[in-house]
Amino acid sequence: MSLLATATSITRYHVLEELEKPITEGVYAGLQENRIPEIDDVETALSSGWTSFQDPYTPKFEGSSFVYGSYFLFSLRIDKKTIPSKLIQKYMAIEIAKKCQATGRDFLSRNEKQMIKEHVVNLLNLRIPATPNIYNVLWNYESALVWFFTHLKGPNEILETLFKTSFGLTLKRIFPFSFAESNPKMSEFDHDQLLSLSPTNFQR
Amino acid sequence: MLDTATAYNRYKFIGHEFLTWLWYRIEMDNIVLNHSDLATMTLALGKRMVLENPRENHAETITIKGGYSNFETGFLPLKQGALVTEMSLEAKSQEVTWEFNLKGESLAVANMRISNLGPTETDEDIEASVLEKVYVLEQIHLYIDTLFEKFMILRISNQWDQKVVPQMQQWLQIH
Repeated sequence: MSLLATATSITRYHVLEELEKPITEGVYAGLQENRIPEIDDVETALSSGWTSFQDPYTPKFEGSSFVYGSYFLFSLRIDKKTIPSKLIQKYMAIEIAKKCQATGRDFLSRNEKQMIKEHVVNLLNLRIPATPNIYNVLWNYESALVWFFTHLKGPNEILETLFKTSFGLTLKRIFPFSFAESNPKMSEFDHDQLLSLSPTNFQR
Repeated sequence: MLDTATAYNRYKFIGHEFLTWLWYRIEMDNIVLNHSDLATMTLALGKRMVLENPRENHAETITIKGGYSNFETGFLPLKQGALVTEMSLEAKSQEVTWEFNLKGESLAVANMRISNLGPTETDEDIEASVLEKVYVLEQIHLYIDTLFEKFMILRISNQWDQKVVPQMQQWLQIH
């Protein structure tokens, strides 16, 4: 989901550490090294990496194109090849028939069928293009905050891992407890109170 | 220090109590916040609310749609121990209206729609549009965070049990 879409959903994170200076160069290096690899002509079924906000299909980060005012803005792209199960069934039936004819047998063992399935899936992965999914990432470096424009579990997990790999920084998701816990206005006594909270009973 | 998953699950009720308190505050006296970085805003309930009764063996979820008059039906589950887990809200300043869903357990906004934002027509417009959108999104997050801070100050104080809970119980009784 996009930052500029009519309707947006946001997952918020605190960034726990800081980058070494110069910061913009550090962000550029992390993005460049972990750009999305193209998988259309290889057997790989899933790929993820960074891409640019404005031109997500030709990832480039030159010329500080990821800097918008005081923010870093780029995207996480996840490419996935989805092969319909009926297509796998069709090509498996063809390959099984070929093998039976070649060996003069009426049936194949489970292992042989499994090997044929892997072969068919690999062949189809070579022929089927990957479907890209793009999720924007907005990084307010000064406030140590990252906004990720989706709530989907899978992309959020990939973001947390890739962010650590690319920049060496940990993302901590913001939710009620973590928000309260990291609030600088909270004293040590307040923290103890927070930890000892239990659900309120509003029934009379 | 608690790990993230444990803290998320153990203290999920904080977010649910926050949304329930928010409903009470919107209905009783609306909410005025004093924050130097915030424009004056009003907050109203939107068209959808989700309640969940966590004390049952099998958590019961009730979704109410349609508008304010339908929310009356939410009081019965509240009296039976349910809490609000998700609600749609409408915040208004003089220039902008934000419509969004707020989820208690994550404090995350979903389906955020903002009025009065200009369309993006050229590439040069994009940076300006991004910065404008980020600014209005920051405003609403600052508003939500300030409300949550206000709630947390109450929640960890003696006032919660001595004053707020009895007032909320009274609010439930009159419905």
